[in-house]
Amino acid sequence: MKPRVGQFLASTVDGTTVIVVKAPDGDVTITCGGAAMVDPKAKEQPPAGEADPAQMGGSELGKRYADEDLGLEVLVTKPGQGTIAVNGTPLPLKDAKPLPASD
Amino acid sequence: MNLTMVLDMAADAFGDRAVLGRRAEALTACRLRELAAGGARRIQASGADSVVYLAVNGPAFPVALFAAALAGVPLVPVNYRLGAEQLAQVLANHPRALGIADPGQTAVLTQAGISARTPQDWLGEAAQDVPESAGPAGGDAPAAIIYTSGTTSKPKGVVLRHQNLTSYVLETVEFASAGEDEAALMSVPPYHIAAVSNVLSNLYSGRRVLTLEAFSPERWLDTVREEEVTNAMVVPTMLARIMNCGHDRSVPSLRALAYGGAKMPLKVVERALREWPHVGFVNAYGLTETSSTISVLGPEEHRAAVGSTDETVRARLESAGKVVPAIEMEIRDEDGQVLPPGRTGRIWVRGEQVSTEYAGLGSSIDERGFFDTRDRGRLDEEGFLFIEGRIDDTIIRGGENIAPAEIEDVLLHHPDVDDAVVVGVPDDEWGQRIEAAVVPRPGAKVDIGALREHVRGRLRGSKTPDYIAVWEELPRTPTGKIVRRDVVRGLLGERATS
Repeated sequence: MKPRVGQFLASTVDGTTVIVVKAPDGDVTITCGGAAMVDPKAKEQPPAGEADPAQMGGSELGKRYADEDLGLEVLVTKPGQGTIAVNGTPLPLKDAKPLPASD
Repeated sequence: MNLTMVLDMAADAFGDRAVLGRRAEALTACRLRELAAGGARRIQASGADSVVYLAVNGPAFPVALFAAALAGVPLVPVNYRLGAEQLAQVLANHPRALGIADPGQTAVLTQAGISARTPQDWLGEAAQDVPESAGPAGGDAPAAIIYTSGTTSKPKGVVLRHQNLTSYVLETVEFASAGEDEAALMSVPPYHIAAVSNVLSNLYSGRRVLTLEAFSPERWLDTVREEEVTNAMVVPTMLARIMNCGHDRSVPSLRALAYGGAKMPLKVVERALREWPHVGFVNAYGLTETSSTISVLGPEEHRAAVGSTDETVRARLESAGKVVPAIEMEIRDEDGQVLPPGRTGRIWVRGEQVSTEYAGLGSSIDERGFFDTRDRGRLDEEGFLFIEGRIDDTIIRGGENIAPAEIEDVLLHHPDVDDAVVVGVPDDEWGQRIEAAVVPRPGAKVDIGALREHVRGRLRGSKTPDYIAVWEELPRTPTGKIVRRDVVRGLLGERATS
């Protein structure tokens, strides 16, 4: 699939949802718990996926997961048990020091 | 990305959380989304091309902001304190708007040919007509048009696109990071950029937002205690008034206090740091054109500066902190050359959150995408930014360019002076001469001769004000900016009658 910035993606193995914050130009496969993530607003919802027990590392609410080389970054809007991966490789947690609230 | 994304994310992740208003009557994130959808339907049914908001702050404002976003039209918050002529000029730019105005201002909208309803009625309309779902608007459309305060020139409409505002939120705030007990108190009026960015950043972090319709130090302190406010944003004059009032100043629940919008007098922030040792202070520098904050002096930096004996570190208490990661900054001289740390010049910035256009006036950036803030400033060796006033306030005395901020700083550091302004007054011989007005510390008597000596000893003769007036207060906008043309007028009037 070709993700778009601002697009929500939902897991088919658990309740994880993410929003795409940065997207590469080409096609990528984004998975959660080993199964492809889908557009939650699509008319026809695919059947529940089968979780890969080896890819159940979980995600944290509000955190970003990114592959800098690929130019893909997603932000977790609902956390779950599945590991978020791109093209089969788990996306690392992006370490960002939050700024103090200024407004 | 559209602002509605912020609302969707909040409603999906913590839909049942109270995010808006006082505890007793707070709206949840889901309810806010419903009202925004209902409001959007109203806007679309009316055929309006914008939403004009001419009212004090309250729950109707965030509903209007998101309803406009869903309907794909910009929100135009207008300063309800503008004079009739300026107000008419601004409204004439938006003849096809849907109008929301306080009861006393609805006639002004009607005269401009704009339909008017009160904030109360607007919330009622939005609640009546909630569609099952609403489609989002495009991402490149304007989300808000905010008029600059016009203290140095005619108000200009700053076009803030969805992309500018969402990038600001995404880059500076951590999603869902606030605890359920957190509440933010907003005291600036809705026509101030901080009021818009505040709605977005607090909703995005999951923090309930409260607003003060009209600021008074007593009301502010009472609200902080009653609602157990944890975060607040004020302009410097508000903090000065809080620190000077005789009311109970205890704020046990307060964790963070952000300030910005004008220069904070050192004495005021030092006093607040002393009185509220448990509070984290944040100084934010930004402009309407930059979707709010572009540099931040954080809580640890405040405490490090105030506790330091190193003069360089201590001076940072008066800095605007460090530039946020999503912004590139250049200090340039008048020929456009980029200056090294330590040198003062004009502040230019670039980044996704920076507006690129003024309504009806075209592009506001240079060929490399940089925006001229028209602020003067410098960076120190470690990247701390010091703001040295507006370029437009420069005094030209006998061909020499003089920045009033430098002289104001020296005056403000005098123990008997609470507030100070320096302006250029028309002069036959020099072109402009330097004059000042100061407000004494309560109970102090200012010796003008000694004060002029104080300036001469630190700067030099040509930067010493020719005349210093002692006033009870300086003319400021409600958002804390000094109105310099009124200072000049006051000084001229004083000389004419003396």
